[in-house]
Amino acid sequence: MIQGHAADVIIIGGGIIGAACANELTSHGLDVLVLDCQRPAATAAGMGHLVVLDHSPAELALGEYSVRLWRELAPQMPDNCAMRNNGTLWLACNEEEMAEAERKHSALSAFGLGCELMTGEALAHGEPSLRPGLFGALKVSGDGILYAPNAARWLLQRQPERVHQQQAQVVEVQGNRVLLASGQWLKATAVVLASGIYAGELCADLPLQAKKGHLLITDRYPAQISHTLVELGYVTSAHKGNGPSVAFNVQQRPTGQLFVGSSRQFDNHDPAVDAAMLGRMLRRAMEFLPGLGGLNGIRSWTGFRSASPDGQPLIGEHPTQPGLWLAVGHEGLGVTTATGTAKLLAAQLLRNPPPTALQAHLNAYLPQRFIGACAHA
Amino acid sequence: MPELSIDGQPFRFAQGTTVAAALMSSGDRCSRTSVSGQRRAPLCGMGICQECRVNIDGLRRLACQTICREGMQVQTRS
Repeated sequence: MIQGHAADVIIIGGGIIGAACANELTSHGLDVLVLDCQRPAATAAGMGHLVVLDHSPAELALGEYSVRLWRELAPQMPDNCAMRNNGTLWLACNEEEMAEAERKHSALSAFGLGCELMTGEALAHGEPSLRPGLFGALKVSGDGILYAPNAARWLLQRQPERVHQQQAQVVEVQGNRVLLASGQWLKATAVVLASGIYAGELCADLPLQAKKGHLLITDRYPAQISHTLVELGYVTSAHKGNGPSVAFNVQQRPTGQLFVGSSRQFDNHDPAVDAAMLGRMLRRAMEFLPGLGGLNGIRSWTGFRSASPDGQPLIGEHPTQPGLWLAVGHEGLGVTTATGTAKLLAAQLLRNPPPTALQAHLNAYLPQRFIGACAHA
Repeated sequence: MPELSIDGQPFRFAQGTTVAAALMSSGDRCSRTSVSGQRRAPLCGMGICQECRVNIDGLRRLACQTICREGMQVQTRS
């Protein structure tokens, strides 16, 4: 049975990407139906680190634009979103990593981002919990943190008369029509697929790979860390290969809890915590924060990043399924880039010009680079 | 009988008693105050749920995994 027009847009997935898209589309006057089946996914698992990365000019442009949009939203966000503009410190252990810090400094500065290089001394003074003897750091001032599950809920509730939410599992998608597990077909002008790691179940030609990550959170402690601390090895060595890897990534939540990452494993779909991997991750964290060993970890869990082959998301209409729009493949940056993703998706869907900040790199986000005739040309 | 202190109040215990059991028979039975200001108490009793974290002699411990010792200072409101 096909029901008539369920909404202007049906969004599959009520995580941070779907929520940001719903918020953006309703701000243009569209009615949105968000379908979510409450499976555990990346929005609930991740660290909520708003961080501008620069593996490519496209990644830098989307990250900078998106974090800027988050900062603009911040004054309106409720306290429970725990949004903080605390900045990221990229830590260099040695000269080689400091060279990477300098490269990153040039790249981000040229792009207009506020950032500064710090000596080892300045770093030790600014973050005294870090082990002595680090070489230096790059401070990126505009980065932040937030609690993504509440940010998603807030985005979905901003325009309640336009956003309708339904708990339902979509089992099939055909262009602008979706089939629910109940057997009901729903139709809209457009369908947006924003179900992260689950998107591949509904659209077999998506080139998405799961990258498993471990996380741990401690009990609450008096303030020890003021920035989000990430090792530069995160980009220079630790997560470069295809094998399992760990890298130091710690933030202190506004509650005082230390939130510890990160690990990465490919081709592992088991959500169970892998004690050996968690141990490796914590040993790495203790190499930077020796005091961590004296704190109590109270929970550890895993999540899956949904990664595309080039690490950039797929944002745009499916090349061979008119009416089906994709907002997937954000890997570990879905929270960061949700706002920019939503703007870019809405602009395309409404046939408006894309955001100026992203214009130079549009092809780097379009699904056409992987799907359809152009991808194989 | 040996004795420890819970929030400054003396508490006498039989050997082998866990701090969680001691908390259950004293004061408001709680181990700590949550970030939102709620009082929280031991729940699972087997070291999993983390509800019974409590300050013992200045360190954060799990009450259900800690055996009472003479002179312990247990604080549920710090």
